[in-house]
Amino acid sequence: MTVTTGSDTTPTPFGTDGAGGLPDLRLAFDAAEPDWLSQLRSRAVDVVAERGFPTLKDEDWRYTRITPLLDLAFEPAASRPVSSPSPALIDELCGTSGGSRLLFVNGRFMPELSQLPEPAPGVRITNLASALSERRPVVQPLLEASFGARRHAFWASNVASAQDGLLIELSPDAVVEEPVRVVHYCDPAGTPVVAALRSMIVLGARSRVAVEETFIGSEGSVYLTNSITDVQLGPEAALEHFKVQLEPEAAFHLASMDVRQERGSRFVTNTASIGASIGRQELVVHLEGEGAEATVNGLYLPRGDQHHDCPVRVEHVAPGCTSRQLFKGVLDGHGQGVFNGHIVVHHGADGTDASQTNKNLLLSDRAEADTRPRLEIFADDVKCTHGSAVGQLEDDAVFYLQARGISKEEARSLLTYAFVNEVVDLVPDPSVGERLGRLVGDRLRGGSAGSGQ
Amino acid sequence: MTQVSSDVRELASREYQYGFETVVESDAVPRGLDEDVIRLISAKKNEPDWMLEWRLRSYRHWVTLEEPTWQNVKYDPIDYQDVIYYSAPKPKKKLASMDEVDPELRAMFDKLGISLAEQERLSGVAVDAIVDSVSVATTFKKRLADAGVIFCSFSEAVQNHPELVQKYLGSVVPYRDNIFAALNSAVFTDGSFCYVPKGVRCPMELSTYFRINAADTGQFERTLIVADEGAYVSYLEGCTAPKRDKNQLHAAVVELVALEDATIKYSTVQNWYPGDAEGRGGIYNFVTKRGKCAGARSKISWTQVETGSAITWKYPGVVLQGDDSVGEFYSVALTANRQQADTGTKMVHIGKNTRSTIVSKGISAGHGQNTYRGLVKMLRSAKGARNHTQCDSLLLSRDCGAHTFPYIEVKHPTARVEHEASTSKIGEEQLFYCRQRGIPEEEATSMIVNGFCREVFKELPMEFAVEAQKLLSVSLEGSVG
Repeated sequence: MTVTTGSDTTPTPFGTDGAGGLPDLRLAFDAAEPDWLSQLRSRAVDVVAERGFPTLKDEDWRYTRITPLLDLAFEPAASRPVSSPSPALIDELCGTSGGSRLLFVNGRFMPELSQLPEPAPGVRITNLASALSERRPVVQPLLEASFGARRHAFWASNVASAQDGLLIELSPDAVVEEPVRVVHYCDPAGTPVVAALRSMIVLGARSRVAVEETFIGSEGSVYLTNSITDVQLGPEAALEHFKVQLEPEAAFHLASMDVRQERGSRFVTNTASIGASIGRQELVVHLEGEGAEATVNGLYLPRGDQHHDCPVRVEHVAPGCTSRQLFKGVLDGHGQGVFNGHIVVHHGADGTDASQTNKNLLLSDRAEADTRPRLEIFADDVKCTHGSAVGQLEDDAVFYLQARGISKEEARSLLTYAFVNEVVDLVPDPSVGERLGRLVGDRLRGGSAGSGQ
Repeated sequence: MTQVSSDVRELASREYQYGFETVVESDAVPRGLDEDVIRLISAKKNEPDWMLEWRLRSYRHWVTLEEPTWQNVKYDPIDYQDVIYYSAPKPKKKLASMDEVDPELRAMFDKLGISLAEQERLSGVAVDAIVDSVSVATTFKKRLADAGVIFCSFSEAVQNHPELVQKYLGSVVPYRDNIFAALNSAVFTDGSFCYVPKGVRCPMELSTYFRINAADTGQFERTLIVADEGAYVSYLEGCTAPKRDKNQLHAAVVELVALEDATIKYSTVQNWYPGDAEGRGGIYNFVTKRGKCAGARSKISWTQVETGSAITWKYPGVVLQGDDSVGEFYSVALTANRQQADTGTKMVHIGKNTRSTIVSKGISAGHGQNTYRGLVKMLRSAKGARNHTQCDSLLLSRDCGAHTFPYIEVKHPTARVEHEASTSKIGEEQLFYCRQRGIPEEEATSMIVNGFCREVFKELPMEFAVEAQKLLSVSLEGSVG
């Protein structure tokens, strides 16, 4: 099969000269940083130059053309003045209930807008920058792993430029009852900026926590969010993760989440891609301990000229693990939705139970759905299924509702909502599920994406 | 389970049954490839200028290409200068009848169980037997001629029907399509040509047996089948190759063109030398096969049973251009020992209400690696298009691999695409159920495998269904049961 290619097939060595495209990464270096970090950052700049940014020729980026992003002249976010979202918006995004709340603006932690709990034994919930030196044994190996052969240049670019992010560390048996709510807000104040974020969630044996992330920015602004989250789950630890991407429709959002799970651990994530011009949410889950479970669900709702890409790779390394993937896309206008699911069952991972489902609803004759549910299996005692479907609303179903006095438009929006509701229903926390349902409902009724200031 | 394991071991280490070499004098051009070699091939075949020009254009494009890296098969780089691009068995004299065919060649066919004489007398199948690159015997020509069907070697077609060849050659697989298509277009030596005129239903199944014979001769076949308006043709392609240690490249091109209301059914049983248990030797089967449903309501159906070759890398596809046209792909691919396969199909929907069906069954044993890779593309014009894909994999050992890489690209809201896939090993419960009913374990295993492939086998023409089942039986039941 020939790989469709566009014009952008040569690697682009951005990041070294600062002449257009992404900013000169070295500019953002802070002389006051510890040596080990400066060295890592220098190395990262070299790795970016060496690898170049992905092109349509890379199988994992086959349908996502990032040239519009590389064509813009970005500045490092740190060099820009910082404004902050209104308290009302923060309350809207985080709710007013208790629990930890962390607010980042242009990739920097804002203590005055955040709310951190009294430190409980075995619980560390903070921003990465403040714990960098103290937590070096945890942070450094994770940063170094960003240069792995399978990782694209945005990982290294993140190491070179990220200043801050979320850090959660739980000791064995520590339990955080209230979900940790994190808001990433960006206001580039006129010039396109890069907001790089590095977050780490490291859970000891049997500990558990829920994390809710929102990405949003000032209306109509142009910026790039480059967010990377590392997750490590100890034996029988549990993480419930929820993320909603509401960036303004001219912004770019590239996020990667890398999850490593030990024996009997449980990971659940639900992501909703709503905003951004190009939004890419990459998830890689390594099931490394026997009996680990991962549930990876997502929604993407591109419209206008939006492009949403959801690459998911689940690596079944250990025997007896379970993974579930359900992704649904509703594509309107010229919107393009890409699902790039991949299950790899390693040699010896017997008793694997993996499934992968992707369904797409095309609402316009200009929209496009690309789906690649891939299975790669090197063990024989496995149960793996995958399925994908692309279609439109059933005329009969619309007619049925119309016959009962519901307008055609309302009928269509009702049926579309029903289509995505399957994913909404799978959100474990009822309040989070309710919030997602509200966001999706607004969106499908034509509400704006980035509802920032 | 111990029984099954030992059966599987046997299966994984099955010996290639058709490993013999027939000594026939070969007339070969020097090793290597440049423009002079192409001119020499063209001159030997007494080709018109336009044919030579086309070959040279292809060659000049080929030298600019690099080999792709996305495929899920591994092999050592191919040294294209170490291949002999043309070799023809020296004809002792012009052949008038079957009796005059080289006795050694006939003996070889007999060994394969494809006795031409038998076929002519009993089976009603016209066989255009190809040994190496030149067609040496064609049967049933007269009956076909009476119906107006042209079925001949590609060389003959270039001489006798240049207008048809010029019109359709490269119209489905242009020489720019991929590196192996470019190579084939430059150096192809022979192949089959078939033209079924308007409204004619071809009176018999057409069949070609391919053989790779002379040592180190890469075989570059070119097949072109055109079914004119309302015509019907069913074409059978079967392959066995003598055992050999050195890897051999086979880069064929098959083009099918179906005009309005025409139907082409193309069936393949491929059983080339797969290499030994350690993966030494075996054929590289890098073939470009594509059909074009050019007219409304036309239909092209591919059925393949792939059990041979060290590496199988091909995607027989259909371009569904005519409104209401239909594309089908039915495949069984077996990889044992160190065999690798990266195969599937491409269905490109252009016309309105076009429909395609894909049924793929992959069986992996030993250290075999079996990849299904399939593209379903619905263009903006493909209003009301439909696709259904069913992809199943069966794993028979702990060391094999089964991979599924579908690509689905949809640009029209009324298009409907469904893909389903499953991967499993033979279930303990299934075996237990059979044994409870007094069916021995080995028989149960082969029953389950045969049942697994049934959907594909039933698409094969009678003659091939028998051979395919026999092949799988030899490969599976023979060692399993």
